[in-house]
Amino acid sequence: MRFLAKVANIVWKDLVAEFRTKEMISAMMIFSVLVIVMFAFAFKPVGDTVKAVSPGIIWVAFTFSGILGLNRSFVNEKQNETLTGLMLTPVDRTAIYFGKVITNFIIMAVTEAISLPLFFIMFDYGVAGSILHLILIIFLGTLGFVSIGTFLAALSANTRASEILLPIILFPILIPLMIGAVQSTAMIFDQKAFVEFAGWVKLLAVYDIIFLVVPFILFDYVLEV
Amino acid sequence: MLKPSKTQTVLGWVTFIVTLFALYMTFIYAPLEKVMGVVQKIFYFHVASAWNAFFAFFIVFVASIVYLRTKNEKWDTIAKVSAEIGVVFTTIVLVTGPIWGHAAWGRWWTWEPRLTTTLILWFIYLAYVLVRASSIEGEKKATMAAVFGIIGFIDVPIVFFAIRWWGSLAHPEVVTGSGGGLDPRMLHALIASVIAFTFIYFYLLTQGILIERTEARVKRIKNQLRERNN
Repeated sequence: MRFLAKVANIVWKDLVAEFRTKEMISAMMIFSVLVIVMFAFAFKPVGDTVKAVSPGIIWVAFTFSGILGLNRSFVNEKQNETLTGLMLTPVDRTAIYFGKVITNFIIMAVTEAISLPLFFIMFDYGVAGSILHLILIIFLGTLGFVSIGTFLAALSANTRASEILLPIILFPILIPLMIGAVQSTAMIFDQKAFVEFAGWVKLLAVYDIIFLVVPFILFDYVLEV
Repeated sequence: MLKPSKTQTVLGWVTFIVTLFALYMTFIYAPLEKVMGVVQKIFYFHVASAWNAFFAFFIVFVASIVYLRTKNEKWDTIAKVSAEIGVVFTTIVLVTGPIWGHAAWGRWWTWEPRLTTTLILWFIYLAYVLVRASSIEGEKKATMAAVFGIIGFIDVPIVFFAIRWWGSLAHPEVVTGSGGGLDPRMLHALIASVIAFTFIYFYLLTQGILIERTEARVKRIKNQLRERNN
């Protein structure tokens, strides 16, 4: 319980800092809509094309805008040396990790909640299939993305070119998540029954668990001085 | 450069002889494939390189864990050199694969699970090399690399299964190589070349470690000189 309270404190601190400037969340929002607009020009959004490419567009927009947020979550702390302060607080290093994961998750969820309806409007695409299933997939996909993303952001914050490095080290690791998320989103849009994409849901869940547990074990090393 | 030890010299000669033997097995002993002809010879190098790459990355994984536990620099060097060798052999796999594939299936690339996994593997370990290249010097660099070495290796099986499921959706019939009806002599040649490549791996590993140690020594000498001049 104490651990959870500590995590909650870190989340609170990060969210307050973020919502005072709204620097990250506004950039992520604009960027994800921009990605969607870029895709509208890359694939003319008419008829069957929309159906074929929309799951991919959604997830590319989410991950690309998510990377922006991840990049800031530790680099910001480094700039003002607040990371040292955070490390000096009497909490487990893993509390810092989970705090950052939850913060990034909330920020990404807000971005997604705004850009996804915009996508459906701009591409004039009615939501086919179960919304609840879609939310489940987006939840699992986003969780996996922020859990490994936050960890690798902390890792790359230790390097000289962290903002260039993060996408290069994160995207190969994300491949299974990306496949699972896009495949199951496509199946939801095809109005398939849950059992048909249950395998992908399991893959996403397993990915989430693995990449929450492994960073949990290794995070101490990443924040080591 | 530091002088190689006696074992290293012996290993070098053994590797040379084993490799010559493997070349003999590949080009003279093994029969010519009926359909593909001489192009099929690439198979022996392709498979052996793939084996070497996976083996090298496994060593990176093990060395990374041991490094994090012991903080002994020796393991960091092994992980570093092994990753570099792994990337080289993965590159060989990715180059020879399409050449062979073009002769066997008539196309350079298919998004077949093993091919695609190898490609992602290549990206993961290129990322590993980049983490090393852009890290700040010292123990921190070694720790970051070790952590990524562990994460990367854990990801590989998940990538493979994900791509396999995905692949089975995209291409219902997965194209497989001519693995089934191998002539026993071809199998012998394959085994010989896998053994030869394993020797090459270990030889490169010892040489790489030697270079790393030489570099560390040069750095030490430079620092000493600088101190003396100040």
